Amino acid sequence: MKAIWERRHIFVFLAPAVIVYTVFMIYPLFDSLRLSFYAPGEQGEVFVGLNNYKTLLTADLWAPRLQGAIKNNLVFFLIHMFVQNPIGLLLATLLSSQIVRGRVIFRSLIFTPTVLSFVLVGFIWRLILSPIWGISGDLLAIVGIENQPWLGLEATALPVLSLVSVWQFVGIPMMLFLAALISIPDELIEASRVDGASAWHVFWRIKFPLILPTVGIVSVLTFVGNFNAFDLVYATESELAGPNFSTDLLGTFFYRTFFGVQLQPGNPTMGATIAAVMFLIILTGVLIYMFGWQRRLLKLEIEL
Amino acid sequence: MGGKSYRLGYWLQFLVSHAVLLVYTFIAMFPVFLVAINSFKSRRAIFKTPYTLPNAENWDPVGYETVFKRANFDSYFLNSIVVTVGALALILLFGTMAAHALAEYRFPGNLLLGLYLSLGIMIPIRLGTVSLLRLIVNLKLINTLTALILVYTASGLPLTIFILQQFMRQVPRDLKDAARVDGASEYRIYLMILPLVRPAIGTVMIFNMIPIWNDLWFPLILASSEATKTVTLGAQIFLGQFVQDWNAVLASLALAAIPVVILYLLFSRQLIRGLTAGAVK
Repeated sequence: MKAIWERRHIFVFLAPAVIVYTVFMIYPLFDSLRLSFYAPGEQGEVFVGLNNYKTLLTADLWAPRLQGAIKNNLVFFLIHMFVQNPIGLLLATLLSSQIVRGRVIFRSLIFTPTVLSFVLVGFIWRLILSPIWGISGDLLAIVGIENQPWLGLEATALPVLSLVSVWQFVGIPMMLFLAALISIPDELIEASRVDGASAWHVFWRIKFPLILPTVGIVSVLTFVGNFNAFDLVYATESELAGPNFSTDLLGTFFYRTFFGVQLQPGNPTMGATIAAVMFLIILTGVLIYMFGWQRRLLKLEIEL
Repeated sequence: MGGKSYRLGYWLQFLVSHAVLLVYTFIAMFPVFLVAINSFKSRRAIFKTPYTLPNAENWDPVGYETVFKRANFDSYFLNSIVVTVGALALILLFGTMAAHALAEYRFPGNLLLGLYLSLGIMIPIRLGTVSLLRLIVNLKLINTLTALILVYTASGLPLTIFILQQFMRQVPRDLKDAARVDGASEYRIYLMILPLVRPAIGTVMIFNMIPIWNDLWFPLILASSEATKTVTLGAQIFLGQFVQDWNAVLASLALAAIPVVILYLLFSRQLIRGLTAGAVK
């Protein structure tokens, strides 16, 4: 007992963080999962097993919305994966090249949109894309594309919003790739240059395999961020995720369900069920990253 | 090997690299720039000559007048500052303490506790919102800045502790043992380590600051009263109401964005150093 008392400082150091984290993060997360098995009854909430999930997956009012949100979220994610991350990699490659002048200035300016809030970004782009102002029309005329009310059409609203989000966040993959590229030892690059390898060859055969761990980190961060997104759609298209739910993501679906919208009152337990579905999707992504990607990389390293 | 073709290749690479970066910088900055210059112009000029800089002829700060008259932006700013500074202070205090304990002492459950604390790195706190709202209501903290501070502290701690722990492990043992021989208490040793990990503290500070300042979700759900609105929520509501008033919309966007951009440009070196240092791990 005396030994424990003498080491009480460990407890003092850990207690505040553990308490705040447990009460305001872990407890709500797990209690919310628990609520997904309950429904409002006559006297408080009653246990209903998997009923909420059944409703969400099969009922006429819920299933199409859930499928729509998941599909849209997938499109949102794929556009980030295949537009944002390659652009980030390209910019990082250029910024890590010795021949570029003013690298620090380029880097700082390109990262600027990332520090703005979704609300500002959403409204700035609403103005730029507004047919009333006509800025997008002027710019698109240069490349010969006819202007459209991009955010108001069902077919274009989601891809255009995704691109706005890409515009905002391209700085993050850029920085992460840049960090990885800078940490590659110069001797390695020099050696292959001496052997007569072209810049293209050096990139794909030497640099890219070395930054594969960062490709994994960027992918999983993109995945978690995208499947949790809400703010940009809310700021530009409101919680109704218009036009006609074409920009509805899991985050906006979750918000509408648990908080209520217009005539539809909020439904906390169904909201908790949608949150649980999001939890499962995100968890699956993280587990694939941890056990699929990282383990494969480890094996690759051992083989080499 | 022709020296000439090498030189040509070099110049081609030089030109293309700079061209691509210039184009992308334009794409990144142009929308922000356009909003900033037009916020000072008359309604007529906004639509007729959107690309000209503000000058004596088109100058009209009516948008800013509307914003200051119709919205309490000064109170929103104050709320955002209280929430961000409050949460950052708690994150740094609790985070350094916990990271120090995990990095310094061997005790049963050390590893398990470390894992428990890093659970929150990947799982977003938003998914617990339904229960979090009930908890905040039960604690009578609804529509208070305290609620926001506590929630942001909880969600900021996992990554903070994870990063700080890596840095604290690198502080040489001898230093701490020498202090112990001199009779320093464990608390004094903690205080002694803090200045040694200052760069890491700067990094986690900036990492935590931007998402807290920009968050819309929790202010919307936990503290949407007029007295507790943050800048992000205040701007969202103001913009929604004044959507037809282009001067006011542009002015409020500029007003909310410019302080953040200036602050960012001042600290961008630290931020970028932090991002690059954190990423190597």
